[in-house]
Amino acid sequence: MAVRIQPLLLRNMSREEVVETVNGFLAEEFEVEVEALDPNGVLHETLDLDSLDYVDLVVVIESHFGFKVTGEDFKSISTLNDFYDFIVNKHEHA
Amino acid sequence: MRVVITGYGVYSCIGKNVGEVTNSLREGKSGIGLDLARREFGYRSCLTGIVTEPDLKADLPRRARLGMSEEAKYAYVSTKEALNMAGISQEYLDANRAGILFGNDSTAGAVVEAVDTIRAKKDTMLVGSGSIFQSMNSTVNMNLATIFKLRGINFTISAACASGSHAIGVGYHLIKSGLEDMIICGGAQEVNMYAFGSFDGLGVFSTREEDPAKSSRPFDQGRDGLVTSGGAATVVIESLESAQRRGATILGEVTGYGFSSNGDHISNPDTAGQVDSISRALKMAEVKPEQIDYVNAHATSTPKGDMFEAQAIFDVFGGKTPVSSTKSMTGHECWMAGASEIVYSMIMMKNGFIAPNINFENPDEVSRNLNIIAESKNAELNMIASNSFGFGGTNSTLIIKKYE
Repeated sequence: MAVRIQPLLLRNMSREEVVETVNGFLAEEFEVEVEALDPNGVLHETLDLDSLDYVDLVVVIESHFGFKVTGEDFKSISTLNDFYDFIVNKHEHA
Repeated sequence: MRVVITGYGVYSCIGKNVGEVTNSLREGKSGIGLDLARREFGYRSCLTGIVTEPDLKADLPRRARLGMSEEAKYAYVSTKEALNMAGISQEYLDANRAGILFGNDSTAGAVVEAVDTIRAKKDTMLVGSGSIFQSMNSTVNMNLATIFKLRGINFTISAACASGSHAIGVGYHLIKSGLEDMIICGGAQEVNMYAFGSFDGLGVFSTREEDPAKSSRPFDQGRDGLVTSGGAATVVIESLESAQRRGATILGEVTGYGFSSNGDHISNPDTAGQVDSISRALKMAEVKPEQIDYVNAHATSTPKGDMFEAQAIFDVFGGKTPVSSTKSMTGHECWMAGASEIVYSMIMMKNGFIAPNINFENPDEVSRNLNIIAESKNAELNMIASNSFGFGGTNSTLIIKKYE
């Protein structure tokens, strides 16, 4: 699927800023403490994601960064660090 | 099998719990106001019951809240109150079978919101995972059955403005016939402006916007239409054996459920169909009309509807039985009304008063024959009847008796 990047949102962000932004909306959406977001933790365990929650993860990413993550993309994402990298990577290819 | 009421709860424009609603009913306080956004949206009338959506963040985890429509949130609050009154804990529900039957007939707010998002994003996934559970008509049932982990009968009853009444009636029969021991019954109604646009379009809403508290005036000669409202009401019913086994306080007994269909016009009421519904309820309860101490009328404040019901009540009960329409204070709570009006009647029965039919200032040629209670009045109520009628000609009447 074509990725719809909103360049202004991502282009000027450092990795730290991406991490901070992602942690902010993950904490808000999935109601976890920011402190609990261990970069090496497994994403679905940290956020306690079930199959329905992935849909909401897609929604929050789209609403914050303007592109849609696919099921295929999630296959390469295990830890939170993988997740940050995935987003930063989108940024670099924007 | 006898069927008793052991708990009830309510969330409405006249109060967010039984205590607040009791005061409003006694004082004859209206919950009607104006939602001016409706004007720009295209409504003829901005009158509505004023109901605020509860914030359930402290009560329920994210996953539970995501699928809840506006009406499911109201129903959660009223159900929690009813279960609490009935002395039913989550541990009890975990160990014992209980069912849920709710009346609901729309989820317009959730549907419109989802379609707007899909139109804007051109991608169905971006409505999020909760939307489907908010958008289906069984939204209240599916959410509450999941939250309270219920394992008995579980479906939604859609019967227009008689939905809540039929839900209690059907629950009564399932328990009476021994198929269930306990059922959480009720009715819920969304209040957002998407819910009532097409109803307003029929030109049947009151436009007396200059004085909202005076706008809903069932049976009064000067009535000019109904005012919609919503929220939710819950009634816990169970077999007498179940209530006694639990050592529950028994608050009332369901003794009659009459129902009929007019078999005629889609929106016009029909006295014969209503008389049939009331008569069947009395017959099932094995009581004579004069044994009923109070009739909670369906009367919504429309010129035509109230006249047909006034005639039906007169035909069955004559002119002595006290009658009031609590919709004079609450407005028409539509899918919820049949259940909320049982809660209002239970409150009156418990506290020994008849809630007034406010704004009843001048009778018309039919309502002058009835004993309409216009001011709050102390009264011992041992048996009440409650009418609910809906589009499509669906009629329901419930009879509740003080437990002896």
